[in-house]
Amino acid sequence: MNRLATAVGSVKLKRPGIVASGILDETGPSMARMLSGGAGAVVSKSIGSVAKGGHANPNFIETGCWTMNAMGLPNPGIDAFREEMEVAVAAGKVIGSVYAASPAEFASLAGKMEDYGAAAVELNLSCPHAAGFGMEMGTDPAMVRSIVSETKDAVSIPVWAKLTPNTHILASIGRAVEDGGGDAVVAINTLKAMHIVPEFGKPFLSNRFGGLSGRAIKPVGVRAVFDLRSAVSIPIVGVGGIYGHRDALEYIMAGACAFQVGSAVSEMGPGIFESINAGLKEFMAEFGYKSIKDMEGIAHE
Amino acid sequence: MNEVVRISSAEKLNSSTWVIRFKAAFDARPGQFVMVWAPGMDEIPLSLSSVGETKAVTFKVIGDDTRKLSAMSEGDRLHVRGPYGNGFDLSSRKVLLVGGGIGIAPLMPILEAKEADAVFAARDGDEVAYCVPIAEGLGRRHWVSTDDGSLGFKGNAVQLVTEVLGENVYDEIIACGPEIMLYYLHRLCVERGIRCQMSLERYMKCAAGICGSCMVDDRRVCADGPVFTGEQISELREFGKTARDASGAKKKL
Repeated sequence: MNRLATAVGSVKLKRPGIVASGILDETGPSMARMLSGGAGAVVSKSIGSVAKGGHANPNFIETGCWTMNAMGLPNPGIDAFREEMEVAVAAGKVIGSVYAASPAEFASLAGKMEDYGAAAVELNLSCPHAAGFGMEMGTDPAMVRSIVSETKDAVSIPVWAKLTPNTHILASIGRAVEDGGGDAVVAINTLKAMHIVPEFGKPFLSNRFGGLSGRAIKPVGVRAVFDLRSAVSIPIVGVGGIYGHRDALEYIMAGACAFQVGSAVSEMGPGIFESINAGLKEFMAEFGYKSIKDMEGIAHE
Repeated sequence: MNEVVRISSAEKLNSSTWVIRFKAAFDARPGQFVMVWAPGMDEIPLSLSSVGETKAVTFKVIGDDTRKLSAMSEGDRLHVRGPYGNGFDLSSRKVLLVGGGIGIAPLMPILEAKEADAVFAARDGDEVAYCVPIAEGLGRRHWVSTDDGSLGFKGNAVQLVTEVLGENVYDEIIACGPEIMLYYLHRLCVERGIRCQMSLERYMKCAAGICGSCMVDDRRVCADGPVFTGEQISELREFGKTARDASGAKKKL
């Protein structure tokens, strides 16, 4: 019996851990490596209509407590990404992440991801460091609903929406995804943040602002998933600061049916999924849980 | 991991190469690199050319960022992230170091750390002359090749290594330099059955092993490398052929 099997709606996963968007997912061989290393699926880099180099370096910094980045959505463009997807989908389940400036553009990119063999599409409604994209659209419930519903009309694969924590109306955004026909919500993306180097009296990131991730944000993510669980009935994928199985369990018990891992790959290496899987199995055996489903949302009871 | 350091000395080595020295709290191994930044420039990866208590980066001015770095002097501050990467395995007994151009810099800590012979290759004498007194000071056997013959052997690194291998036996070759040089040197090592380690270079962003900008096939140059063994390199289909730009698009080398 595989205790770790789970499903995000109709997307069945042999393992509950998914590689978060932006993590070792810019190339086909890189995604294939992560799929062979214990991840249940990999979310691709967020892909747009045309190639984008992203923000200038410095665009990344980490401490033991947190990680901050302002990559600026670098990607080779949806057409060039076809060959990367071909390599990746041959190795396992790939969720195609896309970003766009309008509902029609989201729908068109999602259609291409479906053509490339994506198991689902993840709408990036939450990147905090790219002007005109991501969070700037993902904090308006009417816009979110329209993006989700237009994308749903364009594809037959499930549509997931990745949400930003940089809002006080997270529950309304979640309901907008559900009302638009969305199949799952993914929470959370990074928190908008800044790091200043005192010796220089200047922000470190070339973009000045970036997105905070890593250990520091886990409690924010767990709270967001807990809130969403009360607000929506579609599946929730939890993400933010997961470094070990106990972090993953918090998200599951708050209401997630699967989880994503991002920043931790830097410190723990690509082998992190194997170690989380082993920890989950041991925990479930000790506490008598037969499936991920058995633990989903139990913190609400 | 993240440190603001003060430059203890900055020295011009030739018409295009500078060395900047600084004291830092972190420990580093030969072959590791740091991400270096100061306001007004982009952050760039630089290999450490010295890894003792005083660290150093040796770089060639090739663009705006290295030009800005070359304008810095003693007392100026730098933001340093790292060290990153695996570094060289120095367990082989008899080693030949092969450095091409600015690729000589990351080999210098090995030359300091252990008895080894060295081949320094460059376009012309100006680019490589500074290495000779360093090797002599350490008492290391060395050979120089220049494309134009203005210093030492006239020809490229691989041609000179072929000559050196005619009269010497090595357990391993450790190399860093332009990928075209590494490509043919790797071939030579495979043909002769000599073990090798090579330090590779790719466009880098995070340097911490998560963003995927510096992939060669499914390997991360920043975290799985930058040093790869000859066997690992034999598996890389992109080595010597393609690299990726800032957007992740594939480009021919």
